[in-house]
Amino acid sequence: MKIVFALLIIIATAVLLGAGWVEAGGMKLRAERSAATPEEAVHALMADIQAHNWDHAYALLDHANDLQQADFVHEVGGTDGSLRTYSSLQTFEIWPVHIEADRATIRVRMNWSSAVGSLDEVRDLSVVRDGNAWRVVWPKPNFPNVPLQVLPINYLRWDVIGRRADDWGAGSVDTPQVRIISMNAVERPTGIVILGEVENEDTVPAYLNVSATLLKPDGSQLAQQDTFDAIAHSLLPKQVSPYRVDFPGYRLQDVKSVRMDARPLLVPASADPVIAIENQNITKDALGRSILKGSLVNQSGQIVNIAQVLGAFYDSSGKVIWVSDGYVDQALMPQGPVPFALDIPPDVAARVHSYHVVVNHYTAPSA
Amino acid sequence: MQRPFLIWCAICACALSMAAQEIDLRAPSNATAGKDIPISTSGHGSATFYLVGPSRALKRTIQLGQEITISGNDVTVSGLYQAIACGSTCAHTTFQVTPSAPARLSFFLHPSRVPVSSGSAINATAFVFDRFHNTVLKPAKVDYRVSLPDGPTMTRIGQTTRGITWFEMGSTPKQGRLEIIASIGETAEPRIIQQVASDACGLRMTATPAGRYVKLETSAIRDCAGNPLADGTIVSFTKTDDAGRSTIDTPIKKDKATAQFELNGRARLSVACGVALGNELEAGGRP
Repeated sequence: MKIVFALLIIIATAVLLGAGWVEAGGMKLRAERSAATPEEAVHALMADIQAHNWDHAYALLDHANDLQQADFVHEVGGTDGSLRTYSSLQTFEIWPVHIEADRATIRVRMNWSSAVGSLDEVRDLSVVRDGNAWRVVWPKPNFPNVPLQVLPINYLRWDVIGRRADDWGAGSVDTPQVRIISMNAVERPTGIVILGEVENEDTVPAYLNVSATLLKPDGSQLAQQDTFDAIAHSLLPKQVSPYRVDFPGYRLQDVKSVRMDARPLLVPASADPVIAIENQNITKDALGRSILKGSLVNQSGQIVNIAQVLGAFYDSSGKVIWVSDGYVDQALMPQGPVPFALDIPPDVAARVHSYHVVVNHYTAPSA
Repeated sequence: MQRPFLIWCAICACALSMAAQEIDLRAPSNATAGKDIPISTSGHGSATFYLVGPSRALKRTIQLGQEITISGNDVTVSGLYQAIACGSTCAHTTFQVTPSAPARLSFFLHPSRVPVSSGSAINATAFVFDRFHNTVLKPAKVDYRVSLPDGPTMTRIGQTTRGITWFEMGSTPKQGRLEIIASIGETAEPRIIQQVASDACGLRMTATPAGRYVKLETSAIRDCAGNPLADGTIVSFTKTDDAGRSTIDTPIKKDKATAQFELNGRARLSVACGVALGNELEAGGRP
């Protein structure tokens, strides 16, 4: 009787554990991690990346290209305070591009949730058959291999001293002189977009915000928005930044005029780092979308943790017809190129004649 | 019975009437801020004295028939004051407190940075106050001493109108600090304007091949009057080749800007600073 009772307890425990495993998504996870088809292999890899299960994700890869786990983790999980280190894989979609008996190409669209919003990434992954299983061939990351060297930096910076906010007429320094050099209001399917460029005309740096107010035909205010992050807020002397202000849900027919307001502040700033924007080209990505792509090269000696690329696109008459921005999720190591891409709406891409690209950057204070 | 009562009422009415007439206040028609003010009173007995001014009020008990002295600390703000004394009845008087002698200056010099050779671009405005921050409305003379960079010192005198004096002047063709000191009496307020270079003029660069790179360096970047542009001013270098366009926005350091591009075949190089375009160069590299 005692043995029967003990067996019943063991069976009940096993049943409960099994039910818990199924309830917790174990079946789904197992299906995701199985690799009987190329799609399942990529699916399983994405599930592991999503769960930050780096050991298992690395185990699913084909190791013929001598990919090291540390390199894989650095590329996917981010390093050096890059935007990727503040991101997690939210969703992914996969679909086959080309499948043969022992080799396939699977396209995956990853949606990362990050500190600055969601970021899309599209990759074509090669998958090879390994016995009964399929394995993803993760391309070996091409991290810049910069030789050890001493890079002299003439550090140029502006400080603001002697602030006396409480004494009226006791002397002050004017805020920087900035000018909105162009403005264009365009209607998009999602709403009205105000875009253009602004220049710091002064000899000191400016921290700048641009806001736009839509006015009704009777002169009253319809809506007000500012650029948020679609602008390079810190502008050095004579530097020009594109800006974009979005008014989702509004129509141009309801707007009589637009009032622009540029609010500069005098702030301490540094002229470093200098970031080169190389090999800019308008082309198509894997999904057939028009993009402006290129690479960023940090020409200074310090690591740039997060970089944002802003592009102003002009038509043949020199008018700004679109402003696009995008974040680079890798840190910019000194002297190493990092690719970037900016989306261009299809109808805009057909009219683009030239463009101007600037880089906005964030560098964590060093300890 | 009726007559004594009527007599008593008449006596009371007379007494009250006499008492009402007894309170009187006399203040000087003009007083100066910060100085004691004598107010003479008439009447008998005690009364409550009120002083109501633009920024404060006070209350105290006084003896009628004696002179009241209002401390200068109670009348530091210029304007119209009302003195009231209330015993059995009330009496009041008003007097004006005017600012004391000029003792302070608020001096605005605008802008704090101005491009060279800009006509009437500099505005100097001075507000004259007494030591209690009252605007001195009487005309007063303010001396301005203008010190130009490596130049003579000029002086000019401005007379205030209702406490304000101002003048305009143009910036000089040479950059540097321009100091203007506004003074009145012993008070002097210095302000400094930075006269800064205007837009770049005659922007030129040279290219030096360095292996698979080309180093670009501008000559000293100056405006049309020969003033060097401020360090930190952004200069844009552009390279256009088969791979696309590459740009570097780099700040001027020690009057010059430099950049370096990798060359992959022939490339066209150009430079610009603000609205000023520089020369273009052709460079060739290994394809």
